Amino acid sequence: MQSLTNRATPVDRRPMNLWEKLYLPAIFKGMAITLGHIFKKKATVNYPEETRPFSPVFRGLHILNRDEEGRERCTACGLCAVACPAEAITMEAAERLPGEEHLYREEKYAARYEINMLRCIFCGFCEEACPKQAVYMSETFAPSNYQRKGFIYGKDDLLIAHPQKSITENKK
Amino acid sequence: MAEEKKLFKVKIDNITVEVEPGTTILNAARNIGGEVVPPAMCYYSKLDGSGGKCRTCLVKVTKGSEADPRPMPKLVASCRTTVMDGMEVANITSPEVLEARKGVVEFLLINHPLDCPVCDQAGECDLQDLSYEHGVSGTRYEFKRRTFEKEDIGEHIKLHMTRCILCYRCVFTADQLTEKRQHGILKRGDASEISTYMRASLDQTNFIGNVIDVCPVGALTDRTARFKNRVWFLKPVDAHRNCEDPKCCGKTVLWMRGDEIFRVTARKDKYGEVEGFICDTCRFEKKEVKDWVVEGPRKIARHSVISQGHYVGVHKPQETVARVMDGRQPKLLMDIHTVSEVNMPQVDLSQLEGPAHSTDFPTNKGVQ
Repeated sequence: MQSLTNRATPVDRRPMNLWEKLYLPAIFKGMAITLGHIFKKKATVNYPEETRPFSPVFRGLHILNRDEEGRERCTACGLCAVACPAEAITMEAAERLPGEEHLYREEKYAARYEINMLRCIFCGFCEEACPKQAVYMSETFAPSNYQRKGFIYGKDDLLIAHPQKSITENKK
Repeated sequence: MAEEKKLFKVKIDNITVEVEPGTTILNAARNIGGEVVPPAMCYYSKLDGSGGKCRTCLVKVTKGSEADPRPMPKLVASCRTTVMDGMEVANITSPEVLEARKGVVEFLLINHPLDCPVCDQAGECDLQDLSYEHGVSGTRYEFKRRTFEKEDIGEHIKLHMTRCILCYRCVFTADQLTEKRQHGILKRGDASEISTYMRASLDQTNFIGNVIDVCPVGALTDRTARFKNRVWFLKPVDAHRNCEDPKCCGKTVLWMRGDEIFRVTARKDKYGEVEGFICDTCRFEKKEVKDWVVEGPRKIARHSVISQGHYVGVHKPQETVARVMDGRQPKLLMDIHTVSEVNMPQVDLSQLEGPAHSTDFPTNKGVQ
């Protein structure tokens, strides 16, 4: 039979000589390899105290962006939802009323915007499709949760903090 | 026996077709069909007198006729030029025509706002298709674009004059389908705009809703479906009803999601023209399934965005869990409808008269 790689070596089945029968030298040889790893660079980090740097193209948790005046950029055009291969995004649009101009950038906005994180495959198509630079994928992981219902992210989970408001006001 | 009519032989893009005298080049090309049909933004075969405004249907006549074989000196609007015997026309085979069409699209887009993400026509917009096919992605225009206030002309129709390309189709529709035209083009030249004089309502006649269908752009849109849903999330379904109005054909397309009817339109053919005009009662007031006799899903061209997610001839795999577990249904760990705020039973968007507002939704868990 033709071998798949040229790395195969035949097994040595000769009886063990005295040195090998002593057993301990092999043990010490093994322990030396094990102990040598103490002085090597660690392969893990102490998450969450320490985090790994993300690549600039990392596709993490979605955010819904606001413009510099704090108005929501999303206009519920549905392009993210139509681009989504996992059909994770749903939305309902509404018309901006007079007096709501400080809240929404365009005359139409997403009254409801939901991403089902159980379905999301983090492909980043939504970010690519968005004509209004409203949906972005940030450089964080989607947090874990004990229940499935915690993975249905609404607008309150996705919208970024208002740039001109304090932290306490934003928490409301 | 009636005298046999002499048919004119026309060659369009090297395809010969025989048409009756008096046919326009555009209609002769439509007889051939396929790629040689010039696009048209203002010509509407169901409306008399339409055409000649937008110049997207420009073609090159390389041979005037058998009797006078000289070519026409300029590109001609194919919707307004009638054929001659032995005429030879170049449409897509002429680079000059394609270049001119590119220029026409650029002209049409000069004042057209780029608000397709907001516009309800997006996805079924003739100008969107045309500019995608023939336009250039950049703009050379540096000046202020003409803008207008949005206007409610009547209870059911929203006018975005900014998006208008002045094709006059809606004016012809109102003239030819309704008793009294309430709107028209005011002012002239660059300042011309579609409007009603003194803010009149268009709702007084029963066929004015057809201006929404004939509008090639999103200038005239249905207020009852405004911002409710995008066309590509809705499922078009052919339906009909016995309309009391004798002029109404009653054959419509229902744009549905589940059991909700979001929008009712007339049936459009491949040239974006309606097959039959429908009355306003059918269009605006019959938004429940029980009003209609549903015929079946409408055939949508495969490359249209509207056909996304509408799978044809699907073989659903058999549900194995119940079979394996002696008829017991699998335990659902979560029903999405108990968690999701989208599509809540107490917010029925399709039943709202106009577009949804923030007041129509229960508070969004503290988000303003």
